[in-house]
Amino acid sequence: MALRGKVAIIDLTSGEIIKKSIPEKLRRLYLGGRGIQAYLIYNYLKPAADPLGPDNVVIASAGLLTGSIAPASSRTEWGGKSPDTGALASSNMGGFFGSELKFAGFEHLVMKGASKKPVYLWIRDGEIEIRDASHIWGKDTYKTQQIIREELGDEDIKIACIGIAGENLCRFANVRTGPKDSAGRTGNGCIMGSKKLKAIAVRGSLDIQIAHPKEAIEYCKKAIDQIMMTKVAKAMSVDGTSYIWNVTNTSGLLEWMNGQINRFPFGDWHDMTIEAFEEYKTGMAACFNCTVHCRHQYRLKNGKGIPTFGEGPEYNTQTAIGSFGLNNWGDMLLNWQLANLYGIDTTGWSNIVRGAMELYQRGIINKEVTGGLDLSWSNASKITPILMEQTAKMEGFGAILGLGHLGLIQELSKYSDKVGYYILHCKGLGKLGNVDRVQPSFSLGIATSTRGADHLRSRPALDHYHLPEEVLKKLYGGYVSSDYTSYDGKARMVRWHELTYAVVDCIGTCKFQTVFFSPNLPCYNEWCKYLLYITGLEFTPEELFDVGERVYTLERMINYREAGLTRKDDYPPERSFKEGLPYGLKPVRGVHLNRKKYEKMLDEYYELHGWDSNGLPTPETLERLELDKEPSHII
Amino acid sequence: MQKVILVDYAKCTGCRLCESICSLNNEGVINPRRARIKVVRWEWEGWQIPTICQQCQDAACIAVCPVKALKRDKELGYVKVNYDLCIGCRVCIAACPFGGMSFDFVTNKVIKCELCGGDPMCAKFCETKALQFVDVASADVVKKRDLGAQVLMAIGKAEEQQLR
Repeated sequence: MALRGKVAIIDLTSGEIIKKSIPEKLRRLYLGGRGIQAYLIYNYLKPAADPLGPDNVVIASAGLLTGSIAPASSRTEWGGKSPDTGALASSNMGGFFGSELKFAGFEHLVMKGASKKPVYLWIRDGEIEIRDASHIWGKDTYKTQQIIREELGDEDIKIACIGIAGENLCRFANVRTGPKDSAGRTGNGCIMGSKKLKAIAVRGSLDIQIAHPKEAIEYCKKAIDQIMMTKVAKAMSVDGTSYIWNVTNTSGLLEWMNGQINRFPFGDWHDMTIEAFEEYKTGMAACFNCTVHCRHQYRLKNGKGIPTFGEGPEYNTQTAIGSFGLNNWGDMLLNWQLANLYGIDTTGWSNIVRGAMELYQRGIINKEVTGGLDLSWSNASKITPILMEQTAKMEGFGAILGLGHLGLIQELSKYSDKVGYYILHCKGLGKLGNVDRVQPSFSLGIATSTRGADHLRSRPALDHYHLPEEVLKKLYGGYVSSDYTSYDGKARMVRWHELTYAVVDCIGTCKFQTVFFSPNLPCYNEWCKYLLYITGLEFTPEELFDVGERVYTLERMINYREAGLTRKDDYPPERSFKEGLPYGLKPVRGVHLNRKKYEKMLDEYYELHGWDSNGLPTPETLERLELDKEPSHII
Repeated sequence: MQKVILVDYAKCTGCRLCESICSLNNEGVINPRRARIKVVRWEWEGWQIPTICQQCQDAACIAVCPVKALKRDKELGYVKVNYDLCIGCRVCIAACPFGGMSFDFVTNKVIKCELCGGDPMCAKFCETKALQFVDVASADVVKKRDLGAQVLMAIGKAEEQQLR
């Protein structure tokens, strides 16, 4: 069965490895992927554990359908307790690692304890071996994978590893697999580094049983046709996620210079478009079982001693690395490539660097603090590769940047009490370069997200499409305004997307092939059919929605238990309430959030979720979602 | 009518859906190690090459098989394995110049592409048309057309540059 994947509990202190099955009861409650992972975190993480200590866990979870033929079923979720935010760590990556893990007989790997010396895991067909990694400690993420493949004698081994940023406990270090895919946010790589776990190598040759092969083949072909028919799939096939950059940029929906301006201020924006990237592009590639193939492949023109081949970048990186003064693709790609080799989350790093640059601009910090570096916006192309290396090595000014947003604010607040205002984050996680303040749904989404400022938890892209209100009402089950600047019904919209994306992360398909981008892409009805034909599990759309609600609420409980997060932490950065932006479309210009309306929206949001006015689940909600008995320690 | 799976290496994106769907259609399970097609990847260079039986006219596998277990199907023209005769010696794997022969370690038998009996799933699911199921007689024409289109694009680019 597709449901046979095991949970492995790996104690890196003692070397003990326990393998467990997932009971059907938990399947119905949490499906798999992010859902079962939230369950495992709540059960296996010692309350109030030090994120960098042996009591923390780092969990790799393949989605329920990962490795099946459901379209784009490639995803792997990573989580634990974030050293970056102190709350939930959660990050999702594509590529080929998750499917290989499934072929090796495992679905979830729970790594606890900490090894004394560097190690890596070698997993194949139900067997797990802990091996010495002292010879790869200190190597970049490309070299690490190459050495392990050579050592084990198989080029098809899939490896998830950390770079030197993770080893040196940079708080937003990521986990990487292949040349591109990263579980970028919330510092899972840092947790691995703290456990001296350099890599996980996987190779599998076990069958994944499919409940109804004939129907599965027929239905998946139909679903692929449905996906490839959409305009967004066609655009993504050519330009990747970057296809929206031109629109958001010219509409004034991108923030530059840390949210001070919303029009490209460093030269001609045409040099920054995805069309200008063609000069470097060598092709497009795909993740496991994906027909859309949105991954760019490129060659650097001057690698300066680093590998010149790479994959990416994404829209998010384009807005992140591009937001602090770089004005050509050569510089952008160099920084991107370095981040990938060191194993650094580009979004987190970019946000913290542009925050520091604004502090420098305002004279709050100076060259004495930055170790002699001139952090002027005009100096970006010169200093960013240096800052990247310093951050990865946790040296010089990088030792402060690498502490993450909360750490940096704490460290620099001695220079001014305004530091917290200029470092843009929610719950300690850096905000990406999209303008949130003109779109209440977007602000609410990044502010309430269970992993901190992030769009992949709830991004309501449909808000921009001006769909008829009857359509929105049918989709969301209640009134939602079709005006993206309105607050009406947006709490309902955000909650619906939160629960829906939680379900997507549980089943392990790519969000880009769901309602994330278009109402014509697969949603609950399609997922129910995937589940039935592939796993044999019968779910109704309503039941799936309940799973999403359960997972989201459990994540909320983790955040409360570990970091005491409540209503006070559900606000976007203060700047979004105070400053408008000068350019772009008319509804964008000069607009910032209205605090009173935001509070009202937040109240509505809590009510829909069944949480009290402080943002905590009520006893009735816990009982309804069967969360009142957690942690239940069934696995 | 004889048909073949035509491979255009430049169009492959490396998604490996062909491997999944091949094993599911032929073995009833998903397991790329038991598929009749394999995408070989050079991840650090960005290259991906599908390897599959080309149904050669003068097939090396047929020539080397010591027990004559490999025969050509009269109707569709593909090379098929007679499992009553096959002894699993793997000589065909060594002889094939395309990596088109595979070994199923579960059943301990040689496996190869037999065109899914006339409706090959890999070509059906290949969105970029890196794999196309075409008449053996027009296989070269399909290829020529694709290359012609590339020349057209190159000419277009050259003209664009002259205008500048």
